[in-house]
Amino acid sequence: MNPPDGHVSSGAGLRAAFPGTDTSPHPARPRETPPPLAIRGLFVSYGDRPALEDVTWTAAPGLSAIVGPNGAGKSTLLRAVLGLTPAQRGEVLIQGAPLSARRGRIGWLPQRAAVDWDFPASALDVVAMARTPRIRWFGPMPRAEREAARAALAEVGMADFADRQIGRLSGGQQQRVFLARTLAQDADLVLMDEPFAAVDAATEAAIVAVLRRLAAAGRSVIAVHHDLSTVADYFDHVLLLNRHVIAAGTVGEAFTAENVAATYGGRLLRFGNTAVLAEPAA
Amino acid sequence: MTLTYNTLVVLLGCGLLGLAAGTVGCFALLRGRALVADAVGHAALPGVALGALFAAALGLETRALPPLLAGAAATGVLGVLAVQMLARTRRLREDAAIAVVLSTFYAAGVALLSFVQTVPQAAQAGLSHFILGQAAALRAADAMLAGLVALGCVAGCLALYHPLRAACFDPQFAQVQGLRLGLVDLALLGLMVVVCVSGLQAVGLVLMVALLVLPPAAARLWAARLPGMLLLSGLGGAVAGLAGAAASALWPTLPTGAAVVLAGALLLGLSMLMGPEAPAAIVRRRRATP
Repeated sequence: MNPPDGHVSSGAGLRAAFPGTDTSPHPARPRETPPPLAIRGLFVSYGDRPALEDVTWTAAPGLSAIVGPNGAGKSTLLRAVLGLTPAQRGEVLIQGAPLSARRGRIGWLPQRAAVDWDFPASALDVVAMARTPRIRWFGPMPRAEREAARAALAEVGMADFADRQIGRLSGGQQQRVFLARTLAQDADLVLMDEPFAAVDAATEAAIVAVLRRLAAAGRSVIAVHHDLSTVADYFDHVLLLNRHVIAAGTVGEAFTAENVAATYGGRLLRFGNTAVLAEPAA
Repeated sequence: MTLTYNTLVVLLGCGLLGLAAGTVGCFALLRGRALVADAVGHAALPGVALGALFAAALGLETRALPPLLAGAAATGVLGVLAVQMLARTRRLREDAAIAVVLSTFYAAGVALLSFVQTVPQAAQAGLSHFILGQAAALRAADAMLAGLVALGCVAGCLALYHPLRAACFDPQFAQVQGLRLGLVDLALLGLMVVVCVSGLQAVGLVLMVALLVLPPAAARLWAARLPGMLLLSGLGGAVAGLAGAAASALWPTLPTGAAVVLAGALLLGLSMLMGPEAPAAIVRRRRATP
């Protein structure tokens, strides 16, 4: 995978962004390692409207996609795991521990970040904010943290834009800055809410490169994903969700036409190599 | 004008007050809390009146500031709580809730003031100065206290720089990072209340919000990053505070609040025309590089 903007990455940036991590493609994992994410009996509702009903899912290490129709509760699931949306019932374990013990150690890429683009911050400032939990409350950002942020920016091919105010970047560049911010969090578990929604080709390439490098470094990524045609290309595991779990497992086992059709409540029509989903009118 | 010791201290106090308002205002503006500052100011009026009545009832010196400012802080906080409660019912949006609370508290304050005028001891407190501000009527000790409190607010902002910035830029991400957003917001609100209350006498409760909003708005037109904006906003606030106090000292009939706000507005106007981050400059740059 070529990095965006024609930069040739040597991988040195990755090691700088993730000091002390094994970047070999198949890192040895002790058998006892708890799963990156285990959810049991999760119920979430907005007022009277149920969003998630009795969701039980254990994510395997590696890259997982959450797939389902609009309103299936995919984003809600991520937000509940992060504690941003309160759950009525259920248990969430992150690397074997509850959120209270893991707070601040989960990577997060929100859906097309709804921030004030006029905020007085450069691209580097935004990425460096990922390091806020590591520093004291006041004073200048320590050099090591700024360098980590710079390395993360280089990872997504945005090194040349480090000093640009964020409002003066294109949409795709802004998204890559937020991707770099997620990288700079240096978390073992990264949650992404539709990272591929409405991105340009360079940004899509950057995201795919980041996903692969995170997986190679032994990190786990769970991403809400909309594009059914790329699930098998980008992810190892899949969770098919429509308010409750329809199917889960490796892409090979769980991502079948029948399961997808059951998830979307419609029929999957096949035209040779193309599959078209006939969604029933709501 | 002769520069007496009193005048000098008052000028210094107003300058420090502007510095604090500019610094706290930076974060208030970036967190989208400018109107909350307005609510705090207006909601302080009934507290001032109640403080004067309380002091009169206890037979304290009626011009003593502490009971007045304590009352102002109390009802100011009450006003903010009322806004949050109204907004939480989801029958009123926050902007409407602020409008309701601001006018209701102010009306209650005006009604209480008319009652205060009938109480001889309390009537001497000169409460009308609190509405539009009258720095010339400030005593040196009061100005010094306001200045010191203002310096404390600046120190508070700097001590909480990284949490405040994180909460202002992307509150949800900050929460995911483990930041106690509620506490950070509470700290910001506390700083805003303290700045508003310490500026009541000099700038007046109606116009205090301008000193919190104008300097950072002008500073953003010169600086593209937060440290620069913070510095310029503090400086701009100090200049506006000094200029307002000086004008009020020269023309005793001119309310300080009005002079301070006009000075701040002038800064914003000039920044709109000349600031490198202003819309006009961006259009010029776009024309220069087709």
